[in-house]
Amino acid sequence: MTTLPKSTTRKLGLVIDLDTCVGCHACVVSCKGWNTENYGAPLSDQNPYGADPSGTFLNRVHSYEVQPLATSAMPHPAAQLIHFPKSCLHCQDAPCVTVCPTGASYKRVEDGIVLVNESDCIGCGLCAWACPYGAREMDQAEGVMKKCTLCVDRIYNENLPEIDRVPACVRTCPAGARHFGDFADPDSTVSRLTAERGGMDLMPEQGTGPVNKYLPPRPKDRLDQPKPDGEIDILAPFLTPVMEEPAGFLGWLDRALERI
Amino acid sequence: MHPAPSVITFTTLSGLGFGLLFWLGIGLPAVTGWVAFTFFAIAYALAVGGLMASTFHLGHPERAIKAFSQWRSSWLSREGICAVAALVVMAAYGAGLVFFDARIAMLGWIGAALSLATVFTTSMIYAQMNTVPRWKTPLTPALLIAISLAGGALLAGQISAVLILIPIAAVLQVLWWARGDSAFAVSGTTLATATGLGDIGTVRAFEPPHTGTNYLLREMAYQVGRKHARKLRVIALALGYALPVALLLAPFSHALALVAVISHVAGILASRWLFFAEAEHVVGLYYGRR
Amino acid sequence: MTHQPRIDTSPHVSDEVRKTTCYMCACRCGINVHIKDGKVAYIEGNRDHPVNRGVLCAKGSAGIMQVNAPSRLRAPLKRVGPRGSGEFEEISWDEALQIATDWLAPIRRNDPSKLAFFTGRDQSQSFTSFWAQNFGTPNYAAHGGFCSVNMAAAGIYTMGGAFWEFGQPDWEHTKLFMLFGVAEDHDSNPIKMGIGRIKARGARVIGVNPIRSGYNAVADDWVGITPGTDGLFILSLIHELMRAGKIDLDYLARYTNAPVLVNADSASSEHGLFLRDTEGKPLVIDRNTGRPTAFDKPGVRPDLNATHEADGITHRPVMHLMAERYLDPQYAPEAVAGRCGITPDKIRRIAAEIARVAFDEAITLDREWTDFRGETHKTMTGRPVSFHAMRGISAHSNGFQTCRALHVLQILLGTVEVPGGFRFKPPYPKPAHAHPTPHCHSRPDSPLDGPHLGFVRGPEDLALREDGSPARIDKAFTWENPMSSHGLMHMVISNAHAGDPYRIDTLFLYMANMSWNSSMNTRGVIEMLTDTDQNGDYVIPRIIYSDAYSSEMVAYADLILPDTTYLERHDCISLLDRPICEAEAAADAIRWPVIEPDRDVRGFQTVLIQLANKLKLPGFTDADGGAKYIDYADYIVNHERKPGIGPLAGFRGDGSEVGRGEPNPGQLDRYIENGGFFVSHIPDAAQYYKPWNTAYQDWAVGMGIYDAPQPYVFDLYVEPMRRFQLAAEGHGERQPPDHLRDRIRRTLDPLPIWYPPFEDDSIDTDEFPVHALTQRPMAMYHSWGTQNAWLRQIHGQNPLYLPTKLWRQHGFAEGDWARVTSAHGEITVPVAHMAALNENTVWTWNAIGKRKGAWALSNDAPEVTRGFLLNHLIHELLPPRGDGLRWSNSDPVTGQAAWFDLRVRIEKAPAPKESQPTFAPFKSPVGQGPDHLEWKVGK
Repeated sequence: MTTLPKSTTRKLGLVIDLDTCVGCHACVVSCKGWNTENYGAPLSDQNPYGADPSGTFLNRVHSYEVQPLATSAMPHPAAQLIHFPKSCLHCQDAPCVTVCPTGASYKRVEDGIVLVNESDCIGCGLCAWACPYGAREMDQAEGVMKKCTLCVDRIYNENLPEIDRVPACVRTCPAGARHFGDFADPDSTVSRLTAERGGMDLMPEQGTGPVNKYLPPRPKDRLDQPKPDGEIDILAPFLTPVMEEPAGFLGWLDRALERI
Repeated sequence: MHPAPSVITFTTLSGLGFGLLFWLGIGLPAVTGWVAFTFFAIAYALAVGGLMASTFHLGHPERAIKAFSQWRSSWLSREGICAVAALVVMAAYGAGLVFFDARIAMLGWIGAALSLATVFTTSMIYAQMNTVPRWKTPLTPALLIAISLAGGALLAGQISAVLILIPIAAVLQVLWWARGDSAFAVSGTTLATATGLGDIGTVRAFEPPHTGTNYLLREMAYQVGRKHARKLRVIALALGYALPVALLLAPFSHALALVAVISHVAGILASRWLFFAEAEHVVGLYYGRR
Repeated sequence: MTHQPRIDTSPHVSDEVRKTTCYMCACRCGINVHIKDGKVAYIEGNRDHPVNRGVLCAKGSAGIMQVNAPSRLRAPLKRVGPRGSGEFEEISWDEALQIATDWLAPIRRNDPSKLAFFTGRDQSQSFTSFWAQNFGTPNYAAHGGFCSVNMAAAGIYTMGGAFWEFGQPDWEHTKLFMLFGVAEDHDSNPIKMGIGRIKARGARVIGVNPIRSGYNAVADDWVGITPGTDGLFILSLIHELMRAGKIDLDYLARYTNAPVLVNADSASSEHGLFLRDTEGKPLVIDRNTGRPTAFDKPGVRPDLNATHEADGITHRPVMHLMAERYLDPQYAPEAVAGRCGITPDKIRRIAAEIARVAFDEAITLDREWTDFRGETHKTMTGRPVSFHAMRGISAHSNGFQTCRALHVLQILLGTVEVPGGFRFKPPYPKPAHAHPTPHCHSRPDSPLDGPHLGFVRGPEDLALREDGSPARIDKAFTWENPMSSHGLMHMVISNAHAGDPYRIDTLFLYMANMSWNSSMNTRGVIEMLTDTDQNGDYVIPRIIYSDAYSSEMVAYADLILPDTTYLERHDCISLLDRPICEAEAAADAIRWPVIEPDRDVRGFQTVLIQLANKLKLPGFTDADGGAKYIDYADYIVNHERKPGIGPLAGFRGDGSEVGRGEPNPGQLDRYIENGGFFVSHIPDAAQYYKPWNTAYQDWAVGMGIYDAPQPYVFDLYVEPMRRFQLAAEGHGERQPPDHLRDRIRRTLDPLPIWYPPFEDDSIDTDEFPVHALTQRPMAMYHSWGTQNAWLRQIHGQNPLYLPTKLWRQHGFAEGDWARVTSAHGEITVPVAHMAALNENTVWTWNAIGKRKGAWALSNDAPEVTRGFLLNHLIHELLPPRGDGLRWSNSDPVTGQAAWFDLRVRIEKAPAPKESQPTFAPFKSPVGQGPDHLEWKVGK
């Protein structure tokens, strides 16, 4: 069913905290493990021990270097490195769904998860073309399109303890940089994090309405900021010398000890 | 985008085939009997052959029947439906011409319209892609329809139409390239918007998420050298448009016409290769490919 | 329109969850192994486990590919071709054990020191050392010497523990976390979890690291320091903090040896040693009485500032020596800035920020506790600045002193064992004097006289023979590196080949890839392993090796004892070893065979027991000559180090006893029922101030960690180091050789100092202006990642990362290659640009490059064609000085391999066909892996 639902009851998705992700690839591999064993065909690997290993992964961690612009105050700002996990964003206006000729791709009415019904997929690859985020990978062994299912076979799974009913990537993330929840609920953790930390859309100009949000890195290298002209360095008082000579230090020591 | 031979072959041949069917549908040339049979055989060979070729890149061609279901939203589904409808209608129309020497004009008009619609739906598969700024333009259907009609006219022997349509197609081709070369920049999608990190400073891809390749890189991050592309454009223009016109302006001979057709098809294949190879998908940004 | 496929959202997850312990790195997280049809279907973190609380890293989740890797060895192997050919024949275990026994029995009978037994990524060191001790060879150590002994030893000598398994920041309360050093490793998941918790609270992280990757990428402030200058930077911070009086005087007076009186008479043979009472207790001046008093006397108020005359000799408190040393302008920010590559302004701001958080944002917990002097405190005051360091700062020839400086900085701030600061994990705190001294006296047919490794108190504890020559093959605990508490694994092959100090018969290695990435000077080591004498015999006559996988080292061994994978074995993660405790709790854990091996392999520890039984080693043999243990599981349950104390602390006796108790035959079952681990929480009142807190000391005695309470004060001033200096100055009976006197005087300073890395002195730094570093990527840290089909897609090749300055200077572009030259060697490798990098530093991911023939990879794998090692540029010895001596490329205090002292120069080079140097392929003993995987066990 490739027309999109007008609205979904819930809007399940992820918040990814770029201020916290250390780029460890834990989410990548736990996703690979769960989804190889579960939903649909296994995520296959070609040439796994050879010259050009290449497999299907539903989640990948990129990294980007960002060079802040030099300013008169900061003539040599340090470059920053940002780890950037990326998987399906479960867009509200998912272009991957509407292009699908067979109805294999669909967005669930109840929770907004974008899924591929593998038994209907002809492996034409058009949905992957339509996705600006690279969220879909064709499995070379099975010939069907694979993508993040938001672990639809975990989040409602009554065979799992309730606390484990979250996507595998979220459960495993050591730094806690991934959060799962319902964006339709303004009080959910994901909604609150998005509001408090300025959660952003990727490629907003593509008009896909991604559900997943990214929390931008907090401002960095504040200690490199020179003190504003004419103002007092707020940290300076903490280093006011207690003496000028080592001998003076001992005098200070005596006085300071008296106070203890 | 990866210039997959199956898709290049499909779009080129089926475009030609449906173009020919269009002309046959409107009765130009008004043929019957064996002559009609030959024309229709060529048109069906091209159209159906192209469609067959397109299934080569499918993971599950045996499920292709499912692809007719999503006409409400999917241009690929619409293309399938139009193609089948065009082929069925034109088969009935062609059967009348070949076997009964009867031209049911209405059927021909409908078939011609469906053939044109098929080419249009094919072109819309590309033209709808926000993710490929080079394709995302009304020029894409205009170009593909022009090429289809021109190629069809060439096969149909409609020389005067060819002499009008090929120059139109050539102009569209040049416009399409010219627009395409700046389309990505104009689209506004950059690594900064892709990562949301542009507010901090200049963003550069650092370590890739995997040191090897993957489906996305193979399928969507094809890179073609600028020089190579320029050379191919010249070839495409020369073979696809200039040479056929020149040949047809010369005193008519079947041999020259055949050369014109071959030249045109070769040129269009080059153009179509570039159509994919030069098309940059925005996902390449994530891999630092632009 | 609303038609949507019905999917099963509650599919069957697995038949059974078996809970055991991960072994992909040194973290040792708890894992849930989901089993379907008797096979491993999925691995996830165990939520109840104290180490990882449910999370799991990339390596851990990729365990399924490790357990099924085609590179697993399948049966014992006997070498049939020349060493390095990879030609083996499979033999039975009976034959393998007989061969080993035939080699080892005569050695033990005649001279046990002819066996060198070293283990690499061993997680059973208390057991393997017990085996070596009973065999009687002095030549045993694990891989700490080439990894991180500087950090560990500096921590233990300074304050009774370091980072990693010794302790952790108080993640709950810390407000400023400062992270030093390259390498995104120890201890991988807890650090990530901790940083995540800090970030969630909005607390700040400062990263000090030449490379802004991983944890430094998320640091709020980054200090891109020049490699090898961390110590200088830290001493400058200390300078600024002392100068501003931003040190915790109360803490220093109570809990450190800052008030302890030191002999200040440079003519005295005890110059620099502590003034002690008749019981040997260091003395302080009591502010109540003004008289010298034992530091730990109830009610004493130690004076940080009073001097004392005794027998005409002036004694000054350590605090005076520190003031003199660190207030010196040589440590002023302006004086160090250039060398550190940090502006003076930034050094000052960091010092100020530390001071601000430590003193202005101090926190107080309403928890009453009583100190060892009997004083009860109503509250616990915290200075919420915490520190952590990776191995980067320790892998230098000035690493020990640098690590000392970092520990001293923490102590001066009063932030060790307080809320918001650094906290020990049981069995730490444990000061150096509570550890054994090293033992090296080996006699035919006898066990060693005590444990191999320990903490020397002075020259009397060095491992020297009667004639003063080194007793150990690695020259640990000698004048070259007196405090080498973890041994020097990186020198074993080199020394054995050189016959310096003596020759050996058999080299027995476990899990140590010494013919490849675990050695400096890889090609040289390969030559040593294959070198023959005039008779055509190998110079190192016999090599036994145990590993689970077809590593590069396998090809160089004569006898291979194939180990199991981690899911097929018993293990214990013991309080006697490298524990997994948390600051709030003592914990230990087991591994158990959650699947059975499908190959003819045996757990190495069980094989050692089988060998011990064949050799009838004492300790493994009961009074009537029978075997005490049939396998490792039996040993884990029934071995007692001391009566009532065994490898596992939980479920002892009748199953309810903790720490101390009789062996419990059902102990392993109880562990399995409990999720594979055991936790005993530390009472609330004992959570902080552990070295001085009577509640903690009592709890630790109950747990069997100590036999009696043993409070101590932190050693800002390390007296044992002064004893070595005294010897170098000519005092005492044991005297260093003359060529080392100067170096000992200079480098074994009892207060932290900084000196340039040795390599800088022995080469022309203008010729080799660039620092070169390596680190393991998080997704492969400490793991055998390359044979893992999933992980190698993430890191299958490694470029050399160049900073912008060098990138532009040499006109590099993407896809270029560079020739990298050091004083020792040359490599040609692919390069890439990294802006967030110290401008004089290049780096790469370590141990991605592989040898053709190893790990069941194809010979055109990217690890082989584009991957590379920096090891080829690093020598285990410093360049010859013309004195005929072999100067090891190690820290002069501990002997830690100085990997990160490396200096190179870079030139653009035409792209070769493969990374250079190349090595001929050897024959894979396991063939090559399959060409595709669709790994689903529950179809």
